[in-house]
Amino acid sequence: MHIVVCIKQVPDPSQARIDRETGLVIREGVDKIINPYDLYALEESLRLKEAHDGQVTALSMGPPSAEDVLKDAVAMGVDHGVLLSGRDFAGADTLATSYALALAVQKLESVDLIICGKQAADGDTAQVGPGLAANLDRPHVTEVRKIRHIEEDKMVVERLTDTGYEVIRLSLPAVITVVKEINEPRIPGLRGMMRAKKAQIPAWDAEYIGADPQRLGLKGSPTRVWRTFEPTRHGQGEMLRGTAGEQAVLLWEKLRGRL
Amino acid sequence: MEMQLEQTERGVWVFVEHRKGEIAGVVLELLNEGRRLAKQLGEPLACILLGSSVVHLSSDLMEYGADEVYVADVPEFDTYRDDLYADALEYLIETYRPKIVLIGGTSNGRSLAPRVATKLKTGLTADCTEFDLDDEGNLLQTRPAFGGNLMATIRCPKHRPQMATVRPKVFTEAKRETGRAGKEILVELPELNPWMEILEVVDEDAVGPNLAEADIVVAGGRGVGGPENFQLVEELAKALGGAVAASRAVVDAGWINYSHQVGQTGRTVAPKLYVACGISGAIQHLVGMQSAETIVAINQDPDAPIFSIATYGLVGDVKEIIPALIKAIKS
Ligand SMILES: Cc1cc2nc3c(=O)[nH]c(=O)nc-3n(C[C@H](O)[C@H](O)[C@H](O)COP(=O)(O)OP(=O)(O)OC[C@H]3O[C@@H](n4cnc5c(N)ncnc54)[C@H](O)[C@@H]3O)c2cc1C
Ligand SMILES: Nc1ncnc2c1ncn2[C@@H]1O[C@H](COP(=O)(O)O)[C@@H](O)[C@H]1O
Repeated sequence: MHIVVCIKQVPDPSQARIDRETGLVIREGVDKIINPYDLYALEESLRLKEAHDGQVTALSMGPPSAEDVLKDAVAMGVDHGVLLSGRDFAGADTLATSYALALAVQKLESVDLIICGKQAADGDTAQVGPGLAANLDRPHVTEVRKIRHIEEDKMVVERLTDTGYEVIRLSLPAVITVVKEINEPRIPGLRGMMRAKKAQIPAWDAEYIGADPQRLGLKGSPTRVWRTFEPTRHGQGEMLRGTAGEQAVLLWEKLRGRL
Repeated sequence: MEMQLEQTERGVWVFVEHRKGEIAGVVLELLNEGRRLAKQLGEPLACILLGSSVVHLSSDLMEYGADEVYVADVPEFDTYRDDLYADALEYLIETYRPKIVLIGGTSNGRSLAPRVATKLKTGLTADCTEFDLDDEGNLLQTRPAFGGNLMATIRCPKHRPQMATVRPKVFTEAKRETGRAGKEILVELPELNPWMEILEVVDEDAVGPNLAEADIVVAGGRGVGGPENFQLVEELAKALGGAVAASRAVVDAGWINYSHQVGQTGRTVAPKLYVACGISGAIQHLVGMQSAETIVAINQDPDAPIFSIATYGLVGDVKEIIPALIKAIKS
């Protein structure tokens, strides 16, 4: 079976800072990492590959630096990495991103399953997985916490919901997005790192995947950021004083009025 | 892909999520906000009700503010499912052409909305917390980005409908106006194409109320000390009528299951009150809860980062403070 994992390079969220003057995210000097959720997507693809004798392709759309996350993926054990890169792709919202990723998936040979992370740590939208499925005209299941089994052209998964979970059987090919509960990602070994060092990551452009440039990048994005600003903070909080008992009573006096 | 706007689109739509015959709380919140937008536009507010044996809900929706309710009542809609619900919603939007579509940012809404928006090749803004209209009547959609460190206002000027998912608990619920009537439109759908079977729907015995929809959340971290002591957190949640949450450290240690984890790799919550007990306040935790209205932090380390975002900070041992607090609440 052929599995595609979609991975995104994001600025390290623990270093996220905002320029107070412009209200924009500061990108300079911030480390770029693989989107944390995508590690679970990668790990799940490798487990399926081991169990079902398949191959895994990692796919990322981004600037040339995104090659780094694809090399990380190779170090973990994926067979190939593919980078979608070029000026046409820049400034894409989730609609333009899922369109481009869908064309790249169609360029690959007989893909059975596509795994995405639940959401990306920069935008937190969780839209690309379902959008990718819609573009491919295939089903999707979000927030998968377990793959129970794969039968011929179907698979059975558990999906986390707001109140519990659901067990769903869906037809393949399909897209799933995964949550942290699904597995424990492996740490790349020395062999993997060596392989990653030598790996060639092909870069595909808009023409190669046969994309309509009008549907890519900023041009293909219906949503526009109109303005950005810093959220209003809670202000300087109040530290309560006294013994444990005194603080507890004081807190309850303050909260009671608000609830 | 800039399409010519004919401005034939009309109205604000609210997608009706329901569970076991009850309308989800977020729908009532959307009706309130949708009413305000519809009024400003001078256009109707409509609901989309998909389900099986749900027709009776349409009069409720009218009493909560809907001018029109589009109902598709078919046995296949017995439980929520992405494939059929998305096809039906896409069809209805194409047929009746609303200007704005609002969907609750629940686990179902966040799965449904992007599938539909992509099919319609229109924009979708995730997890909005504020709406407005600009001079041309475009929807201004404000949402937190970068884990709440930045707010962004998004517009979708050249495509219709303008679609948004909306974070639960941000808007107040619409008030019920008994006897308020509206128009019910029973719709016929084209043949649906199923891709999946829902084999089982399991409601887990959540500890306390559902985290995604709770007004009050009490969260415990590693500082609580151990699985036995975690009961203290559960007792406090019970005393306050809130839901139980946890940091990742606690979930990884197995004191409570993953569905309770708040943060970057867990859930995002925005309750009225968040009580963090023995949580250090790592950025990965903060991004999941810093939009809460009031934040209380209990930690024995006065320098713990959680205090930097707390409305009220209590320095001390959770094992002493929590029981004292429960006593204060109960007295
Ligand atoms: C990629 C990635 C994703 C992550 N995602 C998440 C996520 O989704 N959610 C999340 O929570 N974390 C996440 N983390 C982990 C996060 O960085 C922290 O490690 C975690 O939040 C710490 O949990 P904690 O505050 O419970 O534990 P600790 O950091 O160990 O803090 C315990 C706190 O309790 C206090 N304390 C100890 N004893 C007592 C006592 N008796 N009374 C009062 N206070 C006491 C201590 O002073 C300390 O401040 C993620 C990390 C990474 C790298
Ligand atoms: N530029 C991208 N390249 C590859 N995969 C992506 C990209 N953007 C998003 N994804 C995938 O889609 C998931 C959800 O992202 P998002 O919808 O942006 O929150 C991520 O976890 C990735 O698996």
